[in-house]
Amino acid sequence: MFKCKAAWNKLAPLARASSTLCRQAGKRAVFRHERTPQFVQPAHMSSGPSGGGGENTLYFVLVGATCLAGGAYAYSTLVGDRERYQQRITEIESRSSKPAAEPSTPAKTQLETAVITDQGMGDVEGVHPPVVEESAPPNETTAEVLTEPVSEAVVEPSIAEPVQEEAPAPEPAAELVTEAPAPEAVPEPPVAEPCLAEPVVEEVTPEAPVLEAAPELVVASEAPAPETPASEAPAPEEPAPEEPAPEAAASQEPDSGAPTPEAPAPEAPVPEVSAPEAALEESAPEIVPEPPVAEHLVAEEPVTEALVTEAVSAEPLPAAVAEIVPETPPVTQSASEPASAAASPAVEPTHAPYLLIGGGTASFAAARSIRARDPGARVLIVTEEDDLPYMRPPLSKELWFSDDPTVTETLCFKQWNGKERSIYFQPPSFYVSPTELESVENGGVAVLTGRKVMHMDVRGNKVKLSDGTEISYDKCLIATGGIPRNLQVIERAGDEVMKRTTLFRKIEDFKALEKVSRELKSITIIGGGFLGSELACALGRRSADLGLEVVQMFPEKGNMGKVLPEYLSNWTTDKVKKEGVKVLTEAVVKNVTYKEGKVEIKLKDGRVVKTDHVVAAVGLEPSVELAKSAGLEIDSDFGGFRVNAELQARSNIWVAGDAACFYDIKLGRRRVEHHDHAVVSGRLAGENMTGARKPYWHQSMFWSDLGPDVGYEAIGIVDSSLPTVGVFAKATAKDTPKAATEQSGTGIRSESETEAVAGSVAVGKAAPTPPPQQKEDYGKGVIFYLRDKVVVGIVLWNVFNRMPIARKIIKDGEEHADLNEVAKLFNIHEE
Amino acid sequence: MRKLYNYCDQFCKDQIIFVTKEDHEAPSNAELVEDDPNDPYEDHGLILPNGDINWNCPCLGGMASGPCGQQFKDAFSCFHNSKEEVKGSECIDFFRGMQECMQKYPELYPQEDDNESAPSGEAEAEAEAVLPADSTKEVASGTESPATS
Repeated sequence: MFKCKAAWNKLAPLARASSTLCRQAGKRAVFRHERTPQFVQPAHMSSGPSGGGGENTLYFVLVGATCLAGGAYAYSTLVGDRERYQQRITEIESRSSKPAAEPSTPAKTQLETAVITDQGMGDVEGVHPPVVEESAPPNETTAEVLTEPVSEAVVEPSIAEPVQEEAPAPEPAAELVTEAPAPEAVPEPPVAEPCLAEPVVEEVTPEAPVLEAAPELVVASEAPAPETPASEAPAPEEPAPEEPAPEAAASQEPDSGAPTPEAPAPEAPVPEVSAPEAALEESAPEIVPEPPVAEHLVAEEPVTEALVTEAVSAEPLPAAVAEIVPETPPVTQSASEPASAAASPAVEPTHAPYLLIGGGTASFAAARSIRARDPGARVLIVTEEDDLPYMRPPLSKELWFSDDPTVTETLCFKQWNGKERSIYFQPPSFYVSPTELESVENGGVAVLTGRKVMHMDVRGNKVKLSDGTEISYDKCLIATGGIPRNLQVIERAGDEVMKRTTLFRKIEDFKALEKVSRELKSITIIGGGFLGSELACALGRRSADLGLEVVQMFPEKGNMGKVLPEYLSNWTTDKVKKEGVKVLTEAVVKNVTYKEGKVEIKLKDGRVVKTDHVVAAVGLEPSVELAKSAGLEIDSDFGGFRVNAELQARSNIWVAGDAACFYDIKLGRRRVEHHDHAVVSGRLAGENMTGARKPYWHQSMFWSDLGPDVGYEAIGIVDSSLPTVGVFAKATAKDTPKAATEQSGTGIRSESETEAVAGSVAVGKAAPTPPPQQKEDYGKGVIFYLRDKVVVGIVLWNVFNRMPIARKIIKDGEEHADLNEVAKLFNIHEE
Repeated sequence: MRKLYNYCDQFCKDQIIFVTKEDHEAPSNAELVEDDPNDPYEDHGLILPNGDINWNCPCLGGMASGPCGQQFKDAFSCFHNSKEEVKGSECIDFFRGMQECMQKYPELYPQEDDNESAPSGEAEAEAEAVLPADSTKEVASGTESPATS
């Protein structure tokens, strides 16, 4: 403080002195303070009246020099840049002029004109910036460059040009692209071909304007009969009225093996140009001739383009545009397209009014619902699997109980009513072939197997498959389900262990495990939920005949530990053990290794299990890879795509089945991985896709069979962490339920009145010390799961045909004071 | 008692009641909410509240959605709306068309000699096929029972 004051005292006069003219300060200072003159003296300001001393000059010189130097540098840089730019331009021009001696600028402008004129046409909305951008990176060829300016031009007006899916290339790219696009076509095809798979459309786009410029040339090119048989194959791929499809197809043709480096783009636009209405199929064959023709055209097109000035280009362009315009409407209206598209015999669909991604239960239920409500609907199912839609529950239950030795081939099982049926929902004759989907009279359901949807373009309403095909849609359902989770310890354990591990979900997993069960001696199942327990029971039943050791291990205290209350879970575990399964409860896997021909599983508590094969049934990971490209929300609590109560994710996109995290009006947001839910949600999604606008209302149920004695059905939220009330049918009045319940620590609310006295006494005595192991037989009963005193879930234990009542109780959502009264509604004593 | 208290505190979340047949003889006094017959959200059976046929009813199975769906819908609608003495007697052409179509797909529509009672027969056959098709066991029965009334 003092220092500050002192400093201030010292400096203040200085400040004062400098602020006032030195003369005044000096004078006063002399009189008032001794020290001030000393301070005043040095307080020379460069801006003082005297103009500073010699230091000022130096200062000025230095600063001035710096400024000059900086200015000189900046100037030289700018000049150098300009020079370099000019050099680049001339280089590009010289490059472009090589194939077609066409000035880049006119070409560019022409292109732009073409593009701009095109803009007027497109019905299809949304140039797909993301699509273009996606293609942009992979395209490192000039083709890309070509597409960029075209796409840019297209994008800018943000009109979906029928031809272009290209996304807006950055404007600066346009500069680079100004090279004659047409001339580029020649070098493009070879380069473009590898990239065709991805940005097929993009490449086509630039071509399109190019081609448009030369309609007559196009026609000429189309005139020749299909020259390239190879092209034929890809050509058929674009039957539909999809603009992108033809373009994509065109691009694909070279991909698929067109020997000559045809300009794919020219092909696509050419057919488009030449075949306006409906003639997409026709154009497909034409596309074939185009490839060979395109080559010639390529050289000519640039010339044509060059010839066409901005004003002039408008002429061919309108013609081309006119042709393209008709294409656009056909493209967007799939309905009309199928009618008109008749030419190509084996053309794969490029447009589907209803596109269902995923070929499982939900998808099939939706297909059925759509067909029932929309007469003549054309539904296309795209699935990664090689099988037609089938139901999963028998894979872990009925198929194992079959006596038929050829069950792995027939995949037939006996239902509860005694009739045999296949796990496939419908035989193959139910479905129409994908290539005929658009033309068949009353529509139908077609299944494209072995393709995965890799990318979804929501703005453009289309998807891209793993083989490069693009399919546009009007309404889309995502029913991708999920993939089985694996344990990290297994994944890290190496190939030998992975080879001996099954993640059970599909038909081939069933076949593999069935084979393993006959050949190996020991199988361990990790997981104590539905799948794990069902498989354990199924294998356990066979264990005696096959001499197979079946081990099941899980971290919970009993089978279905997360679903059933503890007493029932214990009872279930006993039943599973009776089926011949060695059950290890409270087992957490520490690590897994392959030693001496056996898979060795070490548990955290020290136990070691040596086995031949491992089945991991530890949950399902919902398949949400499409969320990124489609811009869909993923739920962080439950996983899966987040959808509303009507199963809608976005305007034309619905999600159903295992992958849907939906809002249940009665029970809140949830994600359900059961078969009936897939059916119910798939059916609902199908209804909503045909305009029904219904929320999730009909509560789905699920069931499980654990051997011949234990079977239960359940509905709603069945989570063992909720408080439960179980009402069981007592065999006689003398039964004491105490044993199992007290052992697990559950409280007994009441017993029948006849037992009141004995019961209370027993409770008083038994509560402190668990009684001996007299297991109660929970033959049949009803268990209510409560949340805030409202019943949110019900398990019907060995009680069947009562699901409608259970459904009603959950739907009501009422608080019931006495659940015994509610239980009366179920008539559990009757069969 | 203290122990019991702690016991219950921790473990009483799962309550069990054992009941005999006599216990449950008296009718239940649990109150259920009245069902609104015109609830738009509810799944309706075969016939919708406005009298139309619910083609999406699980009871019909794949009949209305398969390759012969259109023929089936024509025939069944005609039958349903028929007010003749012998119901459906004027719909014979539709049924013939449907049968012809079905003969083209023997795998899908196994011929069960239900020529006369074509709709009900097929519906029955389909219902059986539907039961497993949609779900097994009581799922089907649960959802179908109101429908097949």
